Amino acid sequence: MTQSNTQRVETGASAVWQSVCNQQDLVNDSGVVVWLDGAQVALFYLPGVEGKNLYAIDNHDPQSGANVIGRGLVGSLKGDLVVASPIYKQHFRLEDGTCLEYPQQRLRVWPVRLNDGVVEVGVA
Amino acid sequence: MNSNVATLNKLQTLVVIGNGMVGHHCVEQLIERGALDRYRLHVFSEEPMRAYDRVHLSEYFSGRDAESLALSDASLYQTPGVTLHLGVPVLEIDRERRQVITAQGCVSYDKLVLATGSYPFVPPIEGAEGDSRLVYRTLEDLDAIRAAAANARRGVVVGGGLLGLEAANALKRLGLEAHVVEFAPRLMPVQLDDLGGLALKAQIERLGVGVHLSRATQSISAGEDYRYRMNFANDEFLETDLVVFSAGIRAQDALARQCALEIGPRGGVVIDDTCLSCDPNIYAIGECASWNGSLFGLVAPGYQMARSVAARLCDDVAEPFQGADMSTKLKLLGVDVGSIGDAHAHTPGARSYQFIDETSAGYRRLVVDATGKRVLGAVLIGDNSYYDTLLQYMQNAIALPSEPAALILPSSEGAPTLGPGALPEAATICSCHNVTKGAICSAIDGGCTDLGLLKSQTKACTGCGGCAGLLKQVFEHELTARGVSVDKSLCEHFAYTRQELYALVRVEGLITFDELLARHGRGHTGCDVCKPAVGSILASCWNQPIMDPSLVPLQDTNDTFMANMQKNGTYSVVPRIPGGEITADKLIAIGVVAKKYDLYTKITGGQRIDLFGAQLHELPDIWAELIEAGFETGHAYGKSTRTVKSCVGSTWCRYGVQDSVQMALTLEDRYKGLRSPHKLKFAVSGCTRECAEAQSKDVGVIATEKGWNLYIAGNGGMRPRHAELFATDLDDATLIRYIDRFLMFYIRTADKLQRTSVWRESLEGGLDYLKDVILHDSLGLGAELESQMQLVVNRYECEWANALKDPEKLKRFRTFVNDKRPDPDIHFVQERGQRRPIMAAELNLIPVTEETV
Repeated sequence: MTQSNTQRVETGASAVWQSVCNQQDLVNDSGVVVWLDGAQVALFYLPGVEGKNLYAIDNHDPQSGANVIGRGLVGSLKGDLVVASPIYKQHFRLEDGTCLEYPQQRLRVWPVRLNDGVVEVGVA
Repeated sequence: MNSNVATLNKLQTLVVIGNGMVGHHCVEQLIERGALDRYRLHVFSEEPMRAYDRVHLSEYFSGRDAESLALSDASLYQTPGVTLHLGVPVLEIDRERRQVITAQGCVSYDKLVLATGSYPFVPPIEGAEGDSRLVYRTLEDLDAIRAAAANARRGVVVGGGLLGLEAANALKRLGLEAHVVEFAPRLMPVQLDDLGGLALKAQIERLGVGVHLSRATQSISAGEDYRYRMNFANDEFLETDLVVFSAGIRAQDALARQCALEIGPRGGVVIDDTCLSCDPNIYAIGECASWNGSLFGLVAPGYQMARSVAARLCDDVAEPFQGADMSTKLKLLGVDVGSIGDAHAHTPGARSYQFIDETSAGYRRLVVDATGKRVLGAVLIGDNSYYDTLLQYMQNAIALPSEPAALILPSSEGAPTLGPGALPEAATICSCHNVTKGAICSAIDGGCTDLGLLKSQTKACTGCGGCAGLLKQVFEHELTARGVSVDKSLCEHFAYTRQELYALVRVEGLITFDELLARHGRGHTGCDVCKPAVGSILASCWNQPIMDPSLVPLQDTNDTFMANMQKNGTYSVVPRIPGGEITADKLIAIGVVAKKYDLYTKITGGQRIDLFGAQLHELPDIWAELIEAGFETGHAYGKSTRTVKSCVGSTWCRYGVQDSVQMALTLEDRYKGLRSPHKLKFAVSGCTRECAEAQSKDVGVIATEKGWNLYIAGNGGMRPRHAELFATDLDDATLIRYIDRFLMFYIRTADKLQRTSVWRESLEGGLDYLKDVILHDSLGLGAELESQMQLVVNRYECEWANALKDPEKLKRFRTFVNDKRPDPDIHFVQERGQRRPIMAAELNLIPVTEETV
């Protein structure tokens, strides 16, 4: 139950930036998963994408019940960046966690940023 | 309630005798038209099996079973109000009492339909009996032929007509040396002219089938080298182990004769334009009916009669039967044969154009009328691609182009083929089910945009299947005309098919997804459709390690982590066990790993061992131990070569004729790691007993005394398909050369996620085309395909060994990159001495074992 690289930084009035891992832990155009106080957060890093290119989304796939979203393929569909669940292949929008096929399957998303080589997730 | 009873009492009884293709079609039409509101329907069949497809009967010998030849679901005959009496021959018809009499009793009828079909004519020949007097008509006949063929080397078919050649094909498929003996001086005398018959003979002889014309069998006696000797005139003879008679058919009119219905001059129940016999309550349809002195031995006219009678019995508007076009298009022994209309130019004033190609024994004849404006008929040998256009010219009396010969000349000059757009609405596309172009257009207007759906809605192309090509053309043309583009794009990022992308990667030497996307795609990310497809193409072409940084993001999850994800997010691990051969030490090593990581263990269908329940972070440790013990990755996770199953072969088996294990090892070693549009399974059997089940594999190899027989494009699984015999008695080097070419040609031309079986079935030109390309190198691709395969073979490296050497690549194998714990949500329970994932329903119970932290 070691909590490596964890620092709490004020993000504003209600949230704090919590560092979760280093930039080197990310895999380009693919996902890794971090443990965040009992939550499993999948981080997707798309360095080739202009604008926002780092996303944090729930690792739990509601359809299969398994924690696998971080191992899904990322891609773009009709302009949205999405991840496909590796088990039943349904797509989730990285931006807001909406499921394209089953709207009721929305995933939690977190604010996330790169801060001087450290990945930080915004927690409430 | 009362009115229902009244209706029931008013129901008349309709009896259909015969459940062949035509009788069955009549029943279908009756039910569809609501006949059950007015009739109780009784169907009698002397055969024990419900109606089946006689047109494709010879496929019974290449893997199709009786059930898959059946024409309908069993449920049709379970419709309330319909009773099917299988295996119950009608013995007698009592027209006065209006009863049919069977061994099980009498059934009274109000209306009766005779669809008793025909029976094979066997000329009275002295000595013809048992296996020298077989016929080719029913599934039972085929079983008898198969039994006779079991210990036979050579088989003879008497009769060189359409059915005779089909029967010869069946004998060939049973592995016999096949011969055809025909009384007339040419093959298919009814449908072909002299030159056509000659061309067909030449082509069939090239396939190794003996053709003996102008021979009348006078007697059959015991043979010297084979079981029987067929004696012809002039002391000529032919020895054989079995004889199949296919010398024509006769109308099965025994019942009609017994009850004194009028019989035609060549047999058959005389019918009028409404298919009514001389008895106003008895109809006759199909091959047992004689219309205007003619019998009709094809399915399409029989279906026309069936439709007409069904309509009349339901008081619908019925089209009178006014004869039928006997045009036909077939593939006999793999040779295209087409005959249209007046093939013999019997029409007064008819003139012909002929094209003869002596190199390939191709022949085409176009018969036009005296004015030179209309097509009267045609003969095609060797290439039926001209058939659809010519048939439409004739059926719709379309005016010929100024140079009619162009219609049968080789089409390199862009000959004026009749596009689907030029056909009138009334043009018949499917003559079996009488589906016009207009009917197809209205189905499309009704929203049908899927070819399969179109077939089931309109029934087009569900009879003999001869119109498949034309139907597809019309369908695509009409969709395009309606502005519906027939989109073959891979996905929104690539407006290309997989095959086109493969060519681009090859030709331009592209080695990354980004390059391909930048040059030929849209956007800069791709998606979960194009990424794995391109990843697979890159691997097939260049075979770079899939864990290289630019390739990792392309892989589906199983390829990314080089293991198979299971339902709870854990993985299964399959080390390669080539040919299913394994030492005790290696077996123990697997056991040690399985025990250490508490993995559920199961033997796979491909003769190896699957280890389930590993978490992501455990995979590198597990693989380090397996590689240490001498294993390599088994690629069970990839669309790639899986296994080469083998039997124990001549080393141990008293029946084995070759060392099948050694060949399996050679093949598995050569093709391991080969990525392809879909998974590839192989097997090698050491003798014809086929214990390795090679005929259900993508590539099957069966030992012969002289070498190896190669089978291709088989499949087990959801849609089983027997592999087809591709080449025989090959030496080791030739076998491997052909497999190299076959696999690379498949990789080059298949669609994404298309198994070899489906690919093979979708190949235009079919097996013969594939043989031309692979065995005869007709495209001049052989050397190229072989060198492409050699590159892949040379670059092989165990992906797991490669990944374990590189700490960067191992970074990904962490359940959490910031924490060492395993996934706390993964739970197992014990069952039969091993652990398995907990089921949702058990989650509220306390798990028996929990992952230790």
